[in-house]
Amino acid sequence: MSKKKLSRRQFVAATAMSSAALISAPYIRSANAAGKLNIGFWDHWVPGANKASTDLVNEWAAKEKVEVTIDYIPSQGNKNLLTIAAEAQAKSGHDILAMPTWWPHAQAELLEPMNDVVEALIKQNGEVNGTVAYLGKAGDKWLAVPACVGSQIKGPCSRIDLMKQHANIDVQAMYPAGQAPKADAWTTDNFLKAAEACHKGGVPFGIGLGETSDSVDTVGAFFLAFGAEVVNAKGDVVVKNDNVRQVLEYYKKLMAFLPSDAPAWDDGSNNRWLVSGKGALIMNPPSAWAVAKRDAPKIAEQCWTHGFPVGPKGRFAPYLPYFWTAWNFGKNKPAAKSLLMHLSQPAAVEKLVAASGGYDLPAFEKLTTLKTWAEESPPKGTLYHYPNPHNHQKLSISAAGAPPKIAQQIYTQATLTKMCVRYFRGESMDATLSWAQGELEGFMRS
Amino acid sequence: MADVAVERNSAAPVPKVRKRGGLRTALKRKSTAAFLMTLPLILLISLLVIYPAFYSLHLATLNKSMQRFVGLGNFQFLFTRETFWLVVQQSCIFAITAVIFKALIGFVVAHFVHNIPAKGQRKWRGMLLVPWVIPPAMSTLAWLWLFDPSYSAFNYLLAGVGVDRIPWTGETGWARFSVILVNIWVGAPFFMIMYLASLKSVPDQLYEAAAIDGANWWQRIWYVTLPMMRNIIAITTLFSLIVTFANFDIVRILTAGGPLDRTHIFATWAFRIGIEGGDIPLGASVSLFMIPILAIAAVFILRDINKRGNEA
Repeated sequence: MSKKKLSRRQFVAATAMSSAALISAPYIRSANAAGKLNIGFWDHWVPGANKASTDLVNEWAAKEKVEVTIDYIPSQGNKNLLTIAAEAQAKSGHDILAMPTWWPHAQAELLEPMNDVVEALIKQNGEVNGTVAYLGKAGDKWLAVPACVGSQIKGPCSRIDLMKQHANIDVQAMYPAGQAPKADAWTTDNFLKAAEACHKGGVPFGIGLGETSDSVDTVGAFFLAFGAEVVNAKGDVVVKNDNVRQVLEYYKKLMAFLPSDAPAWDDGSNNRWLVSGKGALIMNPPSAWAVAKRDAPKIAEQCWTHGFPVGPKGRFAPYLPYFWTAWNFGKNKPAAKSLLMHLSQPAAVEKLVAASGGYDLPAFEKLTTLKTWAEESPPKGTLYHYPNPHNHQKLSISAAGAPPKIAQQIYTQATLTKMCVRYFRGESMDATLSWAQGELEGFMRS
Repeated sequence: MADVAVERNSAAPVPKVRKRGGLRTALKRKSTAAFLMTLPLILLISLLVIYPAFYSLHLATLNKSMQRFVGLGNFQFLFTRETFWLVVQQSCIFAITAVIFKALIGFVVAHFVHNIPAKGQRKWRGMLLVPWVIPPAMSTLAWLWLFDPSYSAFNYLLAGVGVDRIPWTGETGWARFSVILVNIWVGAPFFMIMYLASLKSVPDQLYEAAAIDGANWWQRIWYVTLPMMRNIIAITTLFSLIVTFANFDIVRILTAGGPLDRTHIFATWAFRIGIEGGDIPLGASVSLFMIPILAIAAVFILRDINKRGNEA
């Protein structure tokens, strides 16, 4: 038995070479990634939806022989945002972390490029919608993998009976289950007329005007429908334009028909409005309908999720995508990528969508016609148009068009909603626009 | 006094005991023992308070992407923002109004409780402390339901007597009233218990002497009670001012700063900018702006206490 003594110099060299080899090793998708993987998923509000994610992860972990731990982090109280901020500061944390909307851009410098994963998924599942590319990509770099879990469209969810009774609109005929929409007459003008009719009928539309995301998303879609840009793609403040004046006038008229307490609404207020039977329409993903199905089945039977009204510059629906990201300081990036690929396979996506009762939306175009949305009931087909299967409307996010880091400030500070409320409450148009100009100029920090 | 005690109990030869700087001597001192016993707490505070405080100072000197040192640039930027001055104004309105009412209510209730016979006093003290004992995040949730825009329990009761519904959190004035009201509800018991303790320490002879001199109720309060309570009032006010200025949970839960930013205070606006808006350096700068305001208040209030101490 030879006794070969390893010198300190040899030991250091061998360690450095092994580390370099490990770090620079190419990502191979189906390789036995091994090691440990620490995952931070968004804590789904739908009971049982987390289990579908856990099952899929465990299935992959067993195959790849990876030891996984999953933390489900709620968005309640912004715990997910706090986690993102803390991990970014500490340069330590989960190997995979779910981030909503603006956060991949906000943490762009710290995220592992995902081009290999996303480009492979696009080839397999079809193109992603424009909002996903806007929020998930910086230049040529994919910052994150579009996640099915948590992604949602906040389009109208109408009461079939009340819309017929008060506004003479048959939402099922306009958006028939299993067929393309016949909604040419569903314009912003007719939306306003319907709002007025339902207000007179004692069942006003439940659209919030607060500073939380539901209110911001709705007003953002109307701004886009009127082509009302406040900051352009170059980052210039262009708020003083006719389209903005036009949408403010429109919203002033609309607000007169909304509940008077709408400026104090949060993201739960509109849900309660629908479930309690007080209103004819809200702007929400099917969460309110799902709660009604459990707590007020008679109301759920009358709910129909459909598309947004078309404005002078197009038809835009508020869309909030979630992303799965990996920090560039993560310890097991190959395994993270391998798992994200697994979670984005059509079979996995189908399971996730089914577990969420149709709430979760895949970003890829070939995955918007799953049977869950066609079959969910009551009434049957109520969610058929939820994933925008006929590309009837452009999926968008409030303040889209501005560079994401500026748009995030506009969104977070609810600047568009505040403009509408200020103007509605009697401030002059010029004063509102000047206030907005000042606010927007403050968002240009880098 | 501590050293004297050690010397008295010491069995060691005198020259060794008197040897200055000796480790054994130092360890035998009561002050050293006290220091060692408080060391874990000092370390804990250093870790959880002093380090974050200096870290936030460091953060406040960085640009938005935290890659460049900008010195006082963030503060300069804040001074140009209309919303920042609105937040300063609101924080002052919120804290000063709430502290004044908490002090007044605490003072009055402390007198009531003080005058309850000793037998039943404990029950009342316990009950009156309940708002202060419940975690504010929980009790504020209950208030949120009472103020709910669409389903307010208060409005339901008002409707019963024919009064129009009140937009508790929807209109600027009412929203400010609501957040201040809840803060008073939570904080008044603290004043009450502090004032009660202080009242109990006022010697009865002083009141008897005042009564002999023909002092009426108001004169007894003005010339006996208040001077005897001055220090505790000052310290309680300062403490409450700091806590109220730094409040987060009540405003965050009730209004989240709305409507139109009209109820934002430093902490909620800092959270909005720093965590929700992803601009951590600016958020840190907003929260640090409380320090000079509170430092000025502390100097004035504590200077007054020292003066009285010297007079005494």
